Amino acid sequence: MFELLGIAPQALFGQLLLGLINGAFYAMLSLGLAVIFGLLNVINFTHGAQYMMGAFVAWMLLEWVGVPYWGALVLVPIIVGAFGVLLEKVFLKRLYHLDHLYGLLLTFGLALMIEGVFRKQFGSSGLPYANPLPGGTRLDFMFLPNYRAWVVVASLVICFGTWFLIERTKLGSYLRAAVERPDLVQAFGINVPRMITLTYGFGVGLAALAGVLAAPIYSVNPLMGSNLIIIVFAVVVIGGMGSIMGAIVTGFGLGVIEGLTKVFYPEASNTVIFIIMAIVLMLKPAGLFGTPK
Amino acid sequence: MHNGASELAVRDLNAWYGESHILHGMQFEVNKGEVVTLLGRNGAGKTTTMKAVMGMIPSRKGSVLFEGEELIALPSNKIARRGLAFCPEERGIFSSLNVYENLTLPPAVRPGGMSLDDIYQIFPNLKERLKSQGTKLSGGEQQMLAIGRILRTGANFLLLDEPTEGLAPVIVQQIGAMIRLLKSKGYTVLLVEQNFRFASTVADRHYVVEHGKVIDMIANDQIAANTQKLESYLGV
Repeated sequence: MFELLGIAPQALFGQLLLGLINGAFYAMLSLGLAVIFGLLNVINFTHGAQYMMGAFVAWMLLEWVGVPYWGALVLVPIIVGAFGVLLEKVFLKRLYHLDHLYGLLLTFGLALMIEGVFRKQFGSSGLPYANPLPGGTRLDFMFLPNYRAWVVVASLVICFGTWFLIERTKLGSYLRAAVERPDLVQAFGINVPRMITLTYGFGVGLAALAGVLAAPIYSVNPLMGSNLIIIVFAVVVIGGMGSIMGAIVTGFGLGVIEGLTKVFYPEASNTVIFIIMAIVLMLKPAGLFGTPK
Repeated sequence: MHNGASELAVRDLNAWYGESHILHGMQFEVNKGEVVTLLGRNGAGKTTTMKAVMGMIPSRKGSVLFEGEELIALPSNKIARRGLAFCPEERGIFSSLNVYENLTLPPAVRPGGMSLDDIYQIFPNLKERLKSQGTKLSGGEQQMLAIGRILRTGANFLLLDEPTEGLAPVIVQQIGAMIRLLKSKGYTVLLVEQNFRFASTVADRHYVVEHGKVIDMIANDQIAANTQKLESYLGV
């Protein structure tokens, strides 16, 4: 069958795996954006920089303190998440009563500043991060590197864990209710401003966690976030702003579609996501999983 | 008449929405175990009074004493923790939560709240719809859900904003019976109403509100003698 299409199965499955890996990062990043947008009404343009910070903090922990990858997986989201909490308390919370545009401008400016600091400090050529899971498995149709398999599994667990937390737990019901009526939820006795701060910290922590997972695959580079963030915004728009399931399904789905495009029509592989975005916006302006307002 | 022992004492309460000054020195008291209404026309400031008491209006001044404690500077989540619970006019049922999640959303603020079974006994309809999306319920059921969920929390001072608005007469009767039941259980209720005929079936006293001020107070046993006056206040 593959011969009929003139495509080697190795190429097909190799690109599928690559698409799945990219999709895993699209999904994790757009998930954090969706959570933040849902409750804070802020389009968090700093998200890419926070993902990059995750990779860099993991690198620093390894090189300077000797904390291995597995320790970084736990520590980095906490450290970068705490930085997010600080940003929210100092800057973002002053903008909630204003138009989306102000939050977008602020977070975009912050992203440029954070990236500038890292470029000045570390240059832009990128730093290597040793693969914690070298080796792989030879399957009939392809070679599966252990670390990439781990990234796909870990990101699925992270995505569905977050979905479960928000859609199926008590804490999640506070979040969903506060998205609709923060004033009323607060009048029931819940400290909504604190919940908003922690939600931002959680979303930022998710981006940082994705950054740690990315460090051994892509080199640790000050611009790694801004290269990705535009595609991630397209994913969010296609999935529907604020939809958790939309972010997950669209993230993985678009990664795979992008990978397949590289096999069948490589010329379009850089633009296919934006073509899909344009089509979705024409047919369903609120996104595939969004509810029209 | 009402000395310092009142459960809620509101003095010189002023509140603003942005630039517009809505409450101009509201003054009233509610004693423990009483059902008291705020009557008045649309836009008189009844809902704003409730929201100001609950701390839901950022711009407010004056004094709100609850059980002797000043609430005016507290955020609404802390006010709720003192044992006051608010049921908004538009009911505030969350569409992204099912009926059970809506019912169990408000956290317990004091011991002694009703159990879910107690609530199902008062509102049997709710038990059959637990998995439904909150906003798929009928108007009457949504009102029952909105009141039921604050009975679970142990709050014993309930602020009910027009609980009968837009409901069929048979449901209005049910709500009236429920308010009398709550009173018999020792709850204190502050009720906003436009319909004084309904209010007179449940309340002990009525405050008439106009232009963000209390302009009169009528005890329920005097309501028959004051019907004409009330009708002119309310413009019916």
